[in-house]
Amino acid sequence: MLYGFLGPNGAGKTTTIRMVLGLVFPNGGEVELLGRPVFGPSGEREAALRKVGALVEEPGFWRYLSGRKNLEYFARAAGPAEDRSARLARVDEVLRRVDLQEAAGKRVKAYSQGMRQRLGIALALLGDPRILVLDEPTNGLDPQGMREVRTLLRSLADDGTTVFVSSHLLAEVEAMCDEVGVLAHGRLVAEGPPSKLRAASERLRIEVDDLARARAVLGGIRGVVSDGDAPASGPGTIRVRLADGVGPAAVNAALVSGGVAVSALAPEHDSLEDVFVSLVQGEDAPR
Amino acid sequence: MYVVELRKTLRRPRTWVLVGLLAAFAILPVAVLAISGGGNGGGPTFFDLIRETGLAAPLAVMLFIQPVVLPLGVSLLAGEAIALEASGGTLRYLLVRPVGRVRLVVTKYAAVMTLLLAAMAWVLAVAMVAGGIAYGLHPLPTLSGATLGTGTALGRIAAAGLYLVTQVAGLAAIGLFCSTLTESAIGAGAITLLVSIASQILDALSQVAVIHPYLPSHEWLAFADLFRSPVAWTGIEHGLWLALGYTVVFVGLSLLAFTRKDVTS
Repeated sequence: MLYGFLGPNGAGKTTTIRMVLGLVFPNGGEVELLGRPVFGPSGEREAALRKVGALVEEPGFWRYLSGRKNLEYFARAAGPAEDRSARLARVDEVLRRVDLQEAAGKRVKAYSQGMRQRLGIALALLGDPRILVLDEPTNGLDPQGMREVRTLLRSLADDGTTVFVSSHLLAEVEAMCDEVGVLAHGRLVAEGPPSKLRAASERLRIEVDDLARARAVLGGIRGVVSDGDAPASGPGTIRVRLADGVGPAAVNAALVSGGVAVSALAPEHDSLEDVFVSLVQGEDAPR
Repeated sequence: MYVVELRKTLRRPRTWVLVGLLAAFAILPVAVLAISGGGNGGGPTFFDLIRETGLAAPLAVMLFIQPVVLPLGVSLLAGEAIALEASGGTLRYLLVRPVGRVRLVVTKYAAVMTLLLAAMAWVLAVAMVAGGIAYGLHPLPTLSGATLGTGTALGRIAAAGLYLVTQVAGLAAIGLFCSTLTESAIGAGAITLLVSIASQILDALSQVAVIHPYLPSHEWLAFADLFRSPVAWTGIEHGLWLALGYTVVFVGLSLLAFTRKDVTS
């Protein structure tokens, strides 16, 4: 599964990720990772973290070492012997997956930002993780690189890895994720598949020759709610929300038989961006 | 993690620059004597002895590096131990690897001490080779007039080097502690160096004689007592206790600070 973690700057996405990984401590409450408490005994946290790959904000490497050496040294830095050798054995594979095998011998100092980002993803993949936590993984990548990363994440998710991606790029999340969580002011304000989040905002845009008459007709149909106030008469556009079971065709038929000339009728929905903004503003309102 | 630390250091270009600089420093006393044609004696303890035996060269070097170069090196290495990983962004990836926080601190300290020991061994060896080539490795006259055979003298020199490294273990622990508190490797190193300088200044002021026995740098020079006959152990023993005390306290504080730290770098 590919989970998208959305939120405006300062919403707490990175802090949440850091807390899940045991890097920062919560003031209260508990965090569980793969069924183990993160802030319990350190053995529990470490057992869970061994099954997690992470990219937190920017990738971090020893710049004077080559990309390959960086991966090798991280592999050797901890863990039981079999875990270390399993990671070492995967170095070539993860370098290939992020298309860095040719640059693997160069010092990280000489890498472009996009190459570092891909090396960061390679590091996250090194332990063959069950959960992959990626903070803004397409940062600094060109469009081609972005698409490659998305394809890579999709294929990992299809192979059974849970991929948790934070992003501020709504289009990216919308196109890529199976499930989206929206964070605002440190609180999860919405969660669900992108289509479901969007469905809440589906509307019908109708262009008519006589707004007043159209309004009267529409007012008589159950399950149709007009959006906002339109001018009293003359030609113009009306936006209505349809309840389940009311189709655009029925609305059209009703308008025509009521003597309204309909020149255009089209479904319209907010982008996830609008949904997102309204969710975040909704969270703002009580303040 | 310990092995990785050492390998990382070996692959770092800076390490080899420092190795070269330290060698140049180690040759300095012998070079001065050789170039000046020996002059007419004088100079610090051990220095004028070099013309009699190259075995005095490592001792002269120890005296030279003890006030500034050694504390500077210790501050640099210990100050960057954790702060440099934090500012370089690698600390969080080590922690989620996962390297346990206690393990990280202890390993970093062990690596710093290993490097200091290696650096000391290197400096002494280079000085000895230079001194031996220039003046031969003849028996070493002690400060109390007796003479040490070459073999015994070599043993004592190794012991003196080891002792001097133990003497900066406390300072290294202070540096490690500073390094857990900041992301600035230079800042942590600078504070550590200041602690060392302050300790040496206070140690020279008789008005505060009452605190002298507790200053981390108080017994650094006691390595010279190994070259008396018989060896004067009092200072050395006191120095070892001091070093142990500072090490335990500040490694402990480092652990306390780092295991509670929010890693936001």
